[in-house]
Amino acid sequence: MNLRKFAVVAAVATFALGLSACGKEGTPTPSGDSGQTGAATSDACTSSGTTFTPASSVTLTGSPTYDKIKAAKKVVVGVKFDQPNLGYKDASGKRCGFDIEMAQMIASKLGVDPANIEYKEIASANRETAIKGGEIDYYVGTYSITDKRKKDVSFAGPYFIAAQDLLVRKDESAITGSDTLKGKKVCSATGSTPIQRVRDQKLTEDSNIVEFKTYSECVSQLLDKKVDAVTTDDAILKGYAAQNQSQLKVVGKPFIDPKTGKPYPEKYGIGLAHDDKALRDFVNAALESAFSDGTWQKIYDGTLGKSGSPASPPALEKY
Amino acid sequence: MGEFFHTLTDNSDIFVRAFKTTIELFLIGAIGALILGTLLGAMRVSPIPVLRAVGTTYVQLIRNTPLTLVFALLVFAVPKLGVNLDYFTSAYVALIAYTGAFVCEAVRSGINTVPAGQGEAARALGMTFNQVLGSIVLPQAFRAIVPPLMSIFIALMKNTTIAAGFSVLEAGALQPYLSERSQNQTYVLLWITLFFLLLIVPLIGLQRVLERRWKVAR
Repeated sequence: MNLRKFAVVAAVATFALGLSACGKEGTPTPSGDSGQTGAATSDACTSSGTTFTPASSVTLTGSPTYDKIKAAKKVVVGVKFDQPNLGYKDASGKRCGFDIEMAQMIASKLGVDPANIEYKEIASANRETAIKGGEIDYYVGTYSITDKRKKDVSFAGPYFIAAQDLLVRKDESAITGSDTLKGKKVCSATGSTPIQRVRDQKLTEDSNIVEFKTYSECVSQLLDKKVDAVTTDDAILKGYAAQNQSQLKVVGKPFIDPKTGKPYPEKYGIGLAHDDKALRDFVNAALESAFSDGTWQKIYDGTLGKSGSPASPPALEKY
Repeated sequence: MGEFFHTLTDNSDIFVRAFKTTIELFLIGAIGALILGTLLGAMRVSPIPVLRAVGTTYVQLIRNTPLTLVFALLVFAVPKLGVNLDYFTSAYVALIAYTGAFVCEAVRSGINTVPAGQGEAARALGMTFNQVLGSIVLPQAFRAIVPPLMSIFIALMKNTTIAAGFSVLEAGALQPYLSERSQNQTYVLLWITLFFLLLIVPLIGLQRVLERRWKVAR
């Protein structure tokens, strides 16, 4: 009966289609430890152990933001939640990281108990709007100081200077810097400045550029050996390396701008309302004292420092 | 107004690149889905119970899975099983597998519009299943399904933007790219909308042409 014949042909063709699509790049890799890589990662938040006692007498006048904070007895801080050891929220809802503790340090100087901080998760694209609209009192979350942003908001700091770097697997020896990426798969967030640099400067072939929405997805692909390096600001990479010390490391050689011969500086600042100079001066003073009394170092060593790469406080750029 | 045009002209490199990939994804996705969908449709009306069951299970499973999840399974879960598809292949497989399920249902509904007497008459003339389906039933079925098929393809065109989240540089990646180049977001999104409109207009035109050409008095 020919009905049956046709049906069989159809079925075979369907499966062949499916299989040929799968088989194209289907070089099965020895599975090794790729199956349990995720399990080794600890998601739980640990703080650096620094305690922040709220200041009892705060002298800060002429700042509308502070008047609001004082009246409400709480502070609203914009943060990130998906950067381990930087701005992170773990499965139990606890927050930790370098930026989070910076935010707590500033809150305590403003006389607010860190327990009374209301955290708001603000996506990068919405930061200026949130600050301008008064939705948050200040923002701490890998917020680079740029002239363009200074038109909308103002910055205290920098409290950290990041540079573009590479995160690789611990056993990687071939990748030692930006000039060794040829033929290697490099991952970063879709359209982010670091990956646009890799593309524009042809540091690796176009077909080896991998882009995902979040860095966590890139790190997952790195652990699965589907990519060879993840690139972005070293602060973010150190956070992942600190979370996964046994499997990941930061190369520690900043990308160099061919125009200036220097690393691309990403100066992280505290985002504040544009016209609140009183608060900006206050936050700068708070940062200055944290730099000099060792608080900054203690926070760094207990968070990003766990990655094994040391750092010291940057110089403030007051204006 | 000048800034609006500069958003395009200053970034034409990335616009051209992204939309080229979108068109590629769409064309290959559409052809693949049409083939897969027709085969699945044939399976679902075949006289063999096993094939019908396989077809039904596939369609119900895929049609009820969000496309993002299909992508995520291919990109994040399949590598854990030791199979490494590159990101482009994953995107094609995801789009074809997903859209194919919808095409299948359109084809099946088309087959159902063909009066049973047509098939019976063909069989009475001694035609085989292949001939009945290929020469009598499917040509009449496709006529009926032009509008729903075009809706599926228009949806596919827009669905290609999901690939941007899984390492394929296409139109969906323009917004993050140009946001990073500090372009005016409103203008960027307006341009993307405009280009999608331009891509979809020919599809609507094609639908008109096919409907007119295949129109028959019933």
